[in-house]
Amino acid sequence: MSEATWQDYVQRIEELATRSGLSFHRVEFEAVPDSFMMEIAVYGLPVRMPHWSFGLRYIYQLIQRHMGHSRLFEVVFPGNPGHAYLASGNGLAENVLVTAHVLGHADFSRNNLLFQRCQRQVSEHIVEHAANHARQIQQAIETQGMERVETVLDAALALEQHIDVDQELRRPRYPQYIEAVKVIADDQFRKRFAALEPTAAPAGAEIKKRAPVPPHPERDLLWFVAQYAPEMESWERDIFLAVREESFYFYPVFATQIMNEGWASYWHARLLREADFIPQQAYLDAVKCHSDVVRPVAADSQVALGLNPYHLGFSMWEKIVEEEGMDGALAIRAQDDDFGFIRNHLTRELADELELFRYSARDGQIRVLEPDLNALHEAILAPKYNFGAPTVVAQHIRADGTLELVHDHTLDGRGLDLERSRRVLDYLQRVWRRPVLLTTVNQAGLVLELTAP
Amino acid sequence: MNMPTDPHQPLDAARWYDLFSRGARDWLRHDEKVRESVRKHLPQIVAGGDLITGGARTVRVPMKMLEHYHFRLRRPEESQGAGQGKVKPGDVFADPAQTGGSGEKGPGGREEGEVQLLLELKIDDIVDWLWEEMQLPNLKARAGPSEESEWVREGWDRRGARSRLDRRRSFKELVKRRGAPGAIPTFTDEDLRYRQLARRRRPAMRAAVFFLLDVSGSMSDRDRKLAKTFFFWTVQGLRREYRSLETVFVAHTTEAWEFSEPEFFQVSGSGGTVASTGFAKVREIIQDRYHPATCNIYLFYASDGDNSVGDSAEAREGLAAIAADACFTGYVEVSTGLSRQLDTETGRLFAELAAAGGATGSYALIDFEDVWGAVRHFFSAESRAAEGA
Repeated sequence: MSEATWQDYVQRIEELATRSGLSFHRVEFEAVPDSFMMEIAVYGLPVRMPHWSFGLRYIYQLIQRHMGHSRLFEVVFPGNPGHAYLASGNGLAENVLVTAHVLGHADFSRNNLLFQRCQRQVSEHIVEHAANHARQIQQAIETQGMERVETVLDAALALEQHIDVDQELRRPRYPQYIEAVKVIADDQFRKRFAALEPTAAPAGAEIKKRAPVPPHPERDLLWFVAQYAPEMESWERDIFLAVREESFYFYPVFATQIMNEGWASYWHARLLREADFIPQQAYLDAVKCHSDVVRPVAADSQVALGLNPYHLGFSMWEKIVEEEGMDGALAIRAQDDDFGFIRNHLTRELADELELFRYSARDGQIRVLEPDLNALHEAILAPKYNFGAPTVVAQHIRADGTLELVHDHTLDGRGLDLERSRRVLDYLQRVWRRPVLLTTVNQAGLVLELTAP
Repeated sequence: MNMPTDPHQPLDAARWYDLFSRGARDWLRHDEKVRESVRKHLPQIVAGGDLITGGARTVRVPMKMLEHYHFRLRRPEESQGAGQGKVKPGDVFADPAQTGGSGEKGPGGREEGEVQLLLELKIDDIVDWLWEEMQLPNLKARAGPSEESEWVREGWDRRGARSRLDRRRSFKELVKRRGAPGAIPTFTDEDLRYRQLARRRRPAMRAAVFFLLDVSGSMSDRDRKLAKTFFFWTVQGLRREYRSLETVFVAHTTEAWEFSEPEFFQVSGSGGTVASTGFAKVREIIQDRYHPATCNIYLFYASDGDNSVGDSAEAREGLAAIAADACFTGYVEVSTGLSRQLDTETGRLFAELAAAGGATGSYALIDFEDVWGAVRHFFSAESRAAEGA
């Protein structure tokens, strides 16, 4: 392929996309070697802080690639301008497809409300921010030493899903004092009480009452630790906040994956169909590539115990555009996340058509369950609840600085994995520098308290 | 290969990622951490008794990859999921996540397969880690015929072998000679400095270590292997610490024989236990080859302690004779039972010796995991200090 051809196509695909109703910020494309693509997939960002756990994911990814599982064509980062990385091994057909796909993502991230909200907070330059965090942490390693920085990162990254996206990214500390209860003026009782003979107010009534910390159970653990850990150094707090900022960026990507990938797949298919300027052969190659991407299950198996989000999302968007028209589809892409998307738009008919089923796994056996649309929705969404993490909140700080965490087992339906939880408490205790305590339930449903150290 | 670039903006940024892989960097760090944890758990690894048979200088240790822990829900007895394919309600099939097959895994399959890491460790490295701060007890300099000498670096000269050219030093000379900055520096022969070697003599710390093993019928294969594993690591460690170390390997049942090292680690026997024969053999060799005046003598004896009853007096005498000449005698009791009492015939012999103020120590070896404990018991300075030996 000649570069000129591809660049020419990009321009024309962009025009076509705009005419079809998409609106997106300019996207900068960059071709990078496969190895770099793989790293982006591992780190989630082109440049990100160093940590051994990424090395672990990297090896798993290498093994996956070795087994011929996944090949990455593109990774795109929202922003203004957006950044898209293409695998330099892509052929012309693949790149044409990928360009259209990227524009679908760019439209989604610009218009989806969840993305908008998070991007407003993180700013439209997450790629640069993450690189900046990486640089800061590298500096910390130089001044503080690898061991100390790693101790902080072990804890911060272990809690990376524990943020509260309903809060602001730059969140003020809790109010220090309890606000006086506002007196309601037209309260009958108070009026009559005020009319009585006045007595001297007891001395010291004006003393303000200190608010407890936290004033309410706090889900935003990264923020809470950064703000209220008794003895953290400022560079350590910065690392917690850096990890938190990246989590704010990752949340919409995570919570709209089915919609977003489906939307991009829908648009690459559609733009390709309409792009009459693409030569026949490239078109056919691209269509072949498309069908690989949105293939429902692995080719060599009849039944899959998981769903391909590309396929599911793509099929749903086709249906939605067909039934509700393009305006309806554009509204849905702006307003929903995967929870609303699946619950509102995965219909019985479509689920049957796609041969989706619900199963239960027990004692090494898979049993296909009776169809139940709502239960199917929840089975698809279950891994996405609460950023994919158990609900653990900071409940109280004792006078001696001990941090009390509570796992909401009634919400999650069962207790925590005790061994892993202990390890996380170990990580956390090293930065909290006081005992850390976690309440959950064991297998028998009895309340259990884990402590570290 | 064609490289499409940004159609809006030609790309001229330096391609740093061609030169550097973050994934590999973080993987190396993971690897380093695995090695650290290996180091911490070395005793369990030392336990692998198979090391001593092959002549290989490395050992392969299967390790789990580390896990970076997160809060996770307990694995439920029954889980639900969503899948895709032609099935009917009520269909039942095997869970590929549990049967290990990955054939049916869909995209985003259910479980990440567990990958094991095969870590290759050099025996020398393990010995280095294990033997940090370990030493032979009561080692004394003995007057002897063999004085050790070694070459040490000492000073510089203007002539010398090319391989000993000291570049840094030569460059300093160049700078000194040239004085003023600005001119292009060129080396002359005057500037070159070569490291000199000098021969240093030092009194020998000659030492002979006797490894005496009970291979009688009462010692099971496992017992023998346990004892040999202890001997193996002891030999490896001592060799590393002391260059002029002589080792003698003796095994006994009702008779005693001297073996070469490889034979010793293969030896097995049957029949009764007469410890005195072993002690007698050791004494014989001491008298023949190692005079206590010129040589530090050590004895390490491994047995299940089940000496034959009639041999008590003779064994006591034999041991006492060796102890009189030796810097240290050690007794490793290989016991299958759970007691660490050392309450056996032979155990009592060594206890008596200790009570009489002899330089001796005993250790009950029950499991492979104790091997390192035994090594530490005999050779770490602190543990002996604590014991007051």
